[in-house]
Amino acid sequence: MKAFLPIAIVVAGLACVPLFVHSNVVLNFLLVTLMIALAGQGWNILGGYGGQYSFGHAAFFGAGAYTTAILQAHYGVNAWLGFVAGVAAGAAVGAIIGGLAFRAGLRSSYFALVTLAFAEVLRILTSVAPITGAGVGILIKLDLRAQSFQFQSRAIFYFVILALVAIALIIAQLLERSRFGVWLIAVRENEDAAMALGVDATAVKLGAMIVSAAITAAAGCFYVQYFLFIDAGIAYGTWISIEALLTPIIGGVGTVFGALVGALVVKSLGEGAKLVTGDVPGLDLMIYGAVLVLVIRFAPRGIVGALADIYAHVTRRFVAPRKPAAGVAHG
Amino acid sequence: MAEPLLMVEGVSRRFGGLLAVNAASLSAPATRITALIGPNGAGKTTLFAVISGFLRPSAGRVRYAGEDVTGEPPHRLARRGIARTFQIVQPFAGLTVRDNILVGAHLRHRARAAALAIAEEIGHEVGLGDVLDRPAHTLTVSGRKRLELARALATGPKLLLLDEVLAGLNPSEIRDFAPVIRTFCAGGIAVVMIEHVMQAVMSLAEHVYVLAEGRVIAAGSPGEVAADPAVVEAYLGHGAAAKLRSAHG
Repeated sequence: MKAFLPIAIVVAGLACVPLFVHSNVVLNFLLVTLMIALAGQGWNILGGYGGQYSFGHAAFFGAGAYTTAILQAHYGVNAWLGFVAGVAAGAAVGAIIGGLAFRAGLRSSYFALVTLAFAEVLRILTSVAPITGAGVGILIKLDLRAQSFQFQSRAIFYFVILALVAIALIIAQLLERSRFGVWLIAVRENEDAAMALGVDATAVKLGAMIVSAAITAAAGCFYVQYFLFIDAGIAYGTWISIEALLTPIIGGVGTVFGALVGALVVKSLGEGAKLVTGDVPGLDLMIYGAVLVLVIRFAPRGIVGALADIYAHVTRRFVAPRKPAAGVAHG
Repeated sequence: MAEPLLMVEGVSRRFGGLLAVNAASLSAPATRITALIGPNGAGKTTLFAVISGFLRPSAGRVRYAGEDVTGEPPHRLARRGIARTFQIVQPFAGLTVRDNILVGAHLRHRARAAALAIAEEIGHEVGLGDVLDRPAHTLTVSGRKRLELARALATGPKLLLLDEVLAGLNPSEIRDFAPVIRTFCAGGIAVVMIEHVMQAVMSLAEHVYVLAEGRVIAAGSPGEVAADPAVVEAYLGHGAAAKLRSAHG
């Protein structure tokens, strides 16, 4: 239970924000940041813990978004059921792409390119298919009732996305302490060595891909409920693939809080730059690029990794009692 | 008498035009140390890769515990009880020594506490007790070799394939290491070791196979194969055995 204490503290802290902040601009900013953190945490399960760098997590974000949007707009399905179906659809798309890519033995850059290709194919298909609204997209009917997964107050939406992020944090924490997680990390570190120790690398990677896809799909479903609109460029655009991988890499790959910290830092910098310079198009992307370069150069394990290193250094230096010189004490 | 734990029957492995292993047969019984020696490029590591499932044989069969396991993937063979070490050590560099061994221990223990206990115990047995919490990439060469052995042992194997675990160690490290291998073997494990350190082969192995150019050219006790003219020629070149004899005679 002690392992979950940091998650409880962070989530409780974030839950207090709407009590003090009533500005819709700030709440909206935090909402979007948490949504990106959720998508990024999905990427982190496969990329951070499993070492399989996907460039196409938009495929799962979009699968979740379109599934719930189509079910609601065309078939009148309840939004909450649509949400569950969207997460399941994301997981299914993950299983298909993962099954094909891992069975074919694609590793590193080949895997990244194939995931990118799948996302792009889905984007092009949805931008012409009638059921996805083709170039127009899908609008969800405004119906501000809880049973329709729509809320009058932004604060409620904020609590919903925070709860989803909390679940994703708990999944990562459980993963770290489980046999599956140990095997997944072993595959990341050295796939051949892992196989020699009895790890079914293909099955482990596939399992991680399904969990990863489901989490990112949940972010896509939330997007639809919050903005009540989806089109091909948003659902399967490279923007979400990039943000889903940038946030955990900057925050700390393969750490529980990496995606959340990364999203907060990246989004704050992007918004801050917009405030200073006005709305220059593409400026946020330039900022992301600059931050990415700095992080990879100076903190390859991300912000969380760098903080952990500093903490370990400080405790070793100042807190731990000094050991007597080796050799003398042992005689 | 029952069939030996491991039976390799006429295994060949071809890489394009190169026949790396040519109809090699060998067997390894439980509680014994069997050595596989031969000059560089003889096909020893390739044969290990076939036995452990990393390569499919072009011909021939591998029988383990009375069953044909030819062509099964490595993870399934590991589950059956075949563990291997790598000639070029393959640590999980970013993880601690303890977490490295934990990966192997998890094969037969789902619960984290049980697997951690096994990892700790085996870490101490192979002499890594003091460095369990150090990152694997900080280990010395001998430490890395011990880690290879520890991870393989943590899977609870019945057959242990050791690919040059003694290479690169100094004589005193070899003296420390050899008893560890012997202890586990006496505990019921069949050990097959590829080794160039002849002093260790002579003192540890009960049965030796000599591989040259992919073929088994000699087999027997360490003393027998060392005296075999075919073995001397494989190492020193054609006609070397006769020259040695005339020089001594």
